[in-house]
Amino acid sequence: MNRRRHDGPAATRLTWRDMAAEALAGVVQRPGRSVLTLLGTVLGVGAFVSVLGLTSTATGQIGASFSLLQDTTVTVDDTGATPHGSVASVAAQDAGMDAGMDFPADTDERLGRLNGVVDAGVWWNVPLRHPTVSARPEVTTAATTDSDLTGLRVLAASPGTLRAMQPTLSTGTLFNEFHQRRKERVCLLGSTAARLLGITRVDNRPAVFIDGAAYTVLGIVATTQRLPQSLLSVLIPSSAALHAYGPPTDDPAQALIRTRTGAAPLVARQAPLALLPVHPGLLHAVPPPDPHELRDRVDTDLSGLFLVLAAICLIVGAVGIANTTLVSVLERTGEIGLRRALGARRRHITAQFLTESTALGALGGLTGTVIGVAVVIGTALARHWTAVLQPYAVLPAPLMGMAVGFLAGLYPALRAARIEPLEALRH
Amino acid sequence: MTSEYMASEYASPDYTTTATAPSPVLDLRRVCKVYPGSPPVTALHPTDLRVEAGDFLAVVGPSGSGKSTLLNLLGLLDRPTQGSYRLSGTDVATLTERDRAAVRGRRVGFVFQAFHLLPHRTALENVALARLYVTPRGAHRQADAARTLREVGLGHRLDALPSQLSGGERQRVAIARAVVNTPDILLCDEPTGNLDSATAGAVMDLLAELNQAGATIVVITHDPAVAQRARRRVTILDGRLSETACLSEKARLSETAKSGRTAGGPR
Repeated sequence: MNRRRHDGPAATRLTWRDMAAEALAGVVQRPGRSVLTLLGTVLGVGAFVSVLGLTSTATGQIGASFSLLQDTTVTVDDTGATPHGSVASVAAQDAGMDAGMDFPADTDERLGRLNGVVDAGVWWNVPLRHPTVSARPEVTTAATTDSDLTGLRVLAASPGTLRAMQPTLSTGTLFNEFHQRRKERVCLLGSTAARLLGITRVDNRPAVFIDGAAYTVLGIVATTQRLPQSLLSVLIPSSAALHAYGPPTDDPAQALIRTRTGAAPLVARQAPLALLPVHPGLLHAVPPPDPHELRDRVDTDLSGLFLVLAAICLIVGAVGIANTTLVSVLERTGEIGLRRALGARRRHITAQFLTESTALGALGGLTGTVIGVAVVIGTALARHWTAVLQPYAVLPAPLMGMAVGFLAGLYPALRAARIEPLEALRH
Repeated sequence: MTSEYMASEYASPDYTTTATAPSPVLDLRRVCKVYPGSPPVTALHPTDLRVEAGDFLAVVGPSGSGKSTLLNLLGLLDRPTQGSYRLSGTDVATLTERDRAAVRGRRVGFVFQAFHLLPHRTALENVALARLYVTPRGAHRQADAARTLREVGLGHRLDALPSQLSGGERQRVAIARAVVNTPDILLCDEPTGNLDSATAGAVMDLLAELNQAGATIVVITHDPAVAQRARRRVTILDGRLSETACLSEKARLSETAKSGRTAGGPR
């Protein structure tokens, strides 16, 4: 539109910078009131940021302590509650197992039949007190006791256990059902055990002597997903161990089950029944903690409640800003009239008060964000957690304060613009 | 009634014909203001008023006589119900709100009885505020404000808050704010209403000084002593304007000479 059409002077203007300066002057000219006005927004945005931050931090913590490995591992413990000669032992004997162990001999098969089980097997510490383990047959007991080799343990493991461990071999092979069936005197060495024994290769068919009995080394386990103590151990087939040293005595046997993802809780429920249909209570299956349950608990208990509180705080903050801005509009009626007399258009007045309330909201949002971040970091430090702050939760928070301020300022600002200079200047 | 007469007279841009002669700063023809209601209240009866550049006019009247209405109309704070109002040749009665705001900001300076200074701003900032909507250059605004404050004798109080100023100083700041934009017309609404007589005299001295320097001033007052300082006086009573007797003859003489200050009285 041609502003000269009416022969009038150029339209009055207000630059963004001047508008911001005027609004800021309005905010700081009553600092006490501004701070009080901010409080609601500060609390709301602060609560919002800290709730989201704490939730993501806690969730991250669960994620850190919980992995896919745990999610697919079930262990079954022999409770050992029943003494020998009891019904349980009879049951075990019925199942073809020696007394002293509640796991049936065909544990691997029974567990393998369960839906969701990938591999499963039984293992235990071979009941040898201070076994001498050596790479040479002539070593005396005294010599080995002095050496570090006493730290070595002998584990009896079924072939299924080996597979469930998901080991990586540096050389050689695992023993399998063939060795198990024939009670072969073969063994696997953990990487540490192999280093202590000085065995690095198996193609020359080395042997390990356990209390003088020779066991042919089939392979060396470099790393393993489960049963990490195997790295410091000599693993022999459970059938051979049972034959040579009898059932476990001090430490009861355990079953190690590798499940498919998500099947662990189901397998844990079914495993004792599948193993000992008559006395499932003798076995105790330990499923992994349920991550969903943990996460859900964090989500519902913490965030749900506090996000509602944060929303309430924000609303209260908005009402506070609206109130203060309205009071300020009414208080400054004279100023509005004066500004109109000095050439301000209605939109300049609207813009000024809207900017003022938006600036208030933005200040509150910024302060709240800082406080919220501080709360999250402080909590994480106090609990030795890793603080996790999602950018999508932190970055929009000051903007949220701004939006609150803007919305809260709409009505007062429009009302300010409706004020007639005539009325406003009348004292 | 009168509006038709007005329309016919002002339909053509008659100012082109008198381009050589300076158009009056204020030129009211048949301007009236009626507030709607039952019954409608006529605050200002159809009025003619001309104020030439450099004039110093006092509008005297008791409260309720319509002088505030007249001032609001002159200052474009209100629209006339009927009539034509030209300010420096621009028919401002037909302008859009946006252009009226521009006219207020650039061509009219206001001085109020209650000063209307912003309490949290210094004298300098209060004066600079008048430049805010007129020029976007902040540094210039400050410089203009400082210069104008020095002109009204407040060069030493630039950074004083209104609360630290005396009544007379406050009104000086307000006057500086009114003239910092070099308006075509300075409208003063009871400028001495809140001041004691000595201070009032000083303020009137300042206005007279500004008038000497070329400012066109309209003062609205109920105080005859203040009105006495003006070059020309009109009286307003019950919404009717009348030229004060002793000056009307001179005005008529001036009009015949085509150079003078003319005031059309009520019909």
